[in-house]
Amino acid sequence: MFPIVAARPLARGIKLFEIKAPRIAKKQKPGQFVIIRLDEAGERIPLTIADADPKAGTVTIVVQAIGKTTMLLSMLEVGDSILDIVGPLGKPSEIEKFGTTVVVSGSVGTAMAYPTARELKRAGNKVISIVGARSKDLLVLEDAVREVSDETYVMTDDGTAGQKGLVTEKLKELIDAGLVDYVLAVGPVPMMRAVANLTSPQHIKTMVSLNSIMVDGTGMCGGCRVLVNNSSQFACVDGPEFDASQVNFEVLMQRNNMYREQERQSIERLQADPGNQLKQLRENLHHHECAALTTGVTHE
Amino acid sequence: MSKSNNPLPNKERIKLPRQRMPEQLAQIRAHNFQEVNTGFDPEQARQESLRCIECGKPGCMDKCPVSVDVKTVMDLIVRGEYMGAAAKVREDNALPAITGRVCPVEDQCESGCVLGKKGESVGIAYLERFVADWERSSGQFGLPKNVAPSGKKVAIIGSGPAGLACAGDLIQMGHQVHVFEALHELGGVLIYGIPEFRLPKEIVAHEVQALRLRGVEFETNVVVGKTVTIDELFNEDGYHAAFVATGAGLPRFLNVPGEHLNGIYSANEFLTRVNLMRAYRFPEFDEPLYPCKDRDVVVIGGGNTAMDAVRSALRLGAKTASILYRRTEAEMPARVEEVHHAKDEGIRFEMLVNPVEFRGDEKGNLKSVICTRMELGEPDDSGRRSPVTIKGSEFETPCSVAIIAAGTSANPLIQSSTPGLQVTKRGYIAANDDTLATSKTGVFAGGDIVTGGATVILAMGAGRKAAKSINEYLLSLNGAAVATSKAVAD
Repeated sequence: MFPIVAARPLARGIKLFEIKAPRIAKKQKPGQFVIIRLDEAGERIPLTIADADPKAGTVTIVVQAIGKTTMLLSMLEVGDSILDIVGPLGKPSEIEKFGTTVVVSGSVGTAMAYPTARELKRAGNKVISIVGARSKDLLVLEDAVREVSDETYVMTDDGTAGQKGLVTEKLKELIDAGLVDYVLAVGPVPMMRAVANLTSPQHIKTMVSLNSIMVDGTGMCGGCRVLVNNSSQFACVDGPEFDASQVNFEVLMQRNNMYREQERQSIERLQADPGNQLKQLRENLHHHECAALTTGVTHE
Repeated sequence: MSKSNNPLPNKERIKLPRQRMPEQLAQIRAHNFQEVNTGFDPEQARQESLRCIECGKPGCMDKCPVSVDVKTVMDLIVRGEYMGAAAKVREDNALPAITGRVCPVEDQCESGCVLGKKGESVGIAYLERFVADWERSSGQFGLPKNVAPSGKKVAIIGSGPAGLACAGDLIQMGHQVHVFEALHELGGVLIYGIPEFRLPKEIVAHEVQALRLRGVEFETNVVVGKTVTIDELFNEDGYHAAFVATGAGLPRFLNVPGEHLNGIYSANEFLTRVNLMRAYRFPEFDEPLYPCKDRDVVVIGGGNTAMDAVRSALRLGAKTASILYRRTEAEMPARVEEVHHAKDEGIRFEMLVNPVEFRGDEKGNLKSVICTRMELGEPDDSGRRSPVTIKGSEFETPCSVAIIAAGTSANPLIQSSTPGLQVTKRGYIAANDDTLATSKTGVFAGGDIVTGGATVILAMGAGRKAAKSINEYLLSLNGAAVATSKAVAD
């Protein structure tokens, strides 16, 4: 079991957790992810690592409550634990000296883009961050991003923070000014596709971090397969970052909708009685801990 | 050698009929995930064990990858000493309740039985299962005695059949054994691959617990190659040797148009969702599965994995569940018993067909598969006659779910994170046939990651072989003369 040592809300429906997982904290690099499972009845879901403290042995994840598991996870607090967390998985972000780099992120994607932006800066790049969200109350980690960026632009759909408009509008301005050598885009699929459509014709190297559905995360199941340059790639081991100009975003969106009906059912079940579901989760984890102790004793 | 306890002369023994394995009725079991075979009672076990004629040179033992002393086990069953029989099996086979259920015995022990030459062989697997189940239901473990610690630490990577068998032997040689598992549950393919109706998970948990009681340490959620590397295990964590038993890995797809449609699974993913994640109990368990109920499901392939997938789909309520195989039934690699069971349950078998395209609707959901008819041509590398397409024979079959069981290829996780580890042309780890030593000192490898997809018992055989060479290697580290560490005599 992996104890939660810090938990705080970052924005509406978005929460940050620091979880004690020393092996992962020691090994993780920007761009990698973990897979978590909340309890014995839980599903396995991938979450990008937002940060880590190898000395304290903790990893940071930022979670948006959009599915059953992320909703339930968002109800947890310091003192609770997560049954399973495995990682770091996937390939780390490519960090090189590209020149002027633009890191484009949407909403919770900012938490995933942040560590890569920081590494790009450390590698001597000029880092321009474009942080997008539907509205001000969905913006996360703006200050952290500003700290590691040479320039930061905030874009909201409704103009409640920064400029009103899409991240791609700002990106286009920068490209038109002839400044951009490299782009990383992390966020909703339509946003990443829009970025790809903008940068591909200009041959600006652009990477996107794909959020396909996964089970094991080690290449064993192939559920996360994506079409890249018309060939099947596994997001868990070949990615999660891919060259945006080669990604088939339509297939990604279609596959991400594969379990829409089941997701709806699970959310309904949770929302019918969230308090009880949380209680159940805590009881399950407690039982698990007791069972583990018993097993530990028989070890001797 | 002790005297036989079998009261019958050989000519009487060979007249006894082979006992039939009791099983759930096909109509009933097709709708549940409970075990198909229900197991012998003691009388059946006695009757079956009486059939053994106790050959001077037992072919059964020769044909067993872990060389179980079958003849002695049979005699112990005749005497009613079931716990003794279980302990005897365990001397050579760390997982008897499992192998008694999943071994392809018609190619192994039972193919070596003389009785099989004229009639039916002794039901060795059924009896192995019987004694193991007896032991488990007694609530006791027939465990070997503890041994003096060697002071050496071995990392086993993967808790599948190869890893577990290796752990069982190494702990008995006095070494400290730590097993790393990438998934959240122990057992590898025994848990994620083989369905509950063929191998209940409770049985795997029991065998793991037996190893734990003997001192084996287990750690889940560690992907060696990612969470920690082999070099770190040696240099930072003080391990003296490692056994890589990570299994075959990456699923093969057909690389035909439409393979990204919703509803198309690799057998690995489908079975992992159903078995490891218990998706058949959704929504009680969270992991979703693309719906099979009242829909047409096709499974492409002819091996045990294909049988497991198609029979799982049937139990999930599929309207039709069909095997599509490009050769004929004679070439199917699946165990005979599984094919029989599948047929009894109503699985359809379409032979000599090959999928060439999947078609879907505007939402990207699978609607049909286009196949061509095949005929058998010249034998290929595997000695099987290779299928050849009959021109112009395309036909369309409606289906909502397609599961591809076309084998696996090497997972490169360990190979790519371990400098100095040589791989074969196909990307598997290169290991010496006799010792399973790799090109890297102290690192041994066995099971599917060396051979490619094979069987549980072959993986276990590799695990035992590795344990023997690892023991020799560890003793050589002491500069000690060749000696075998032995269990403390009772």
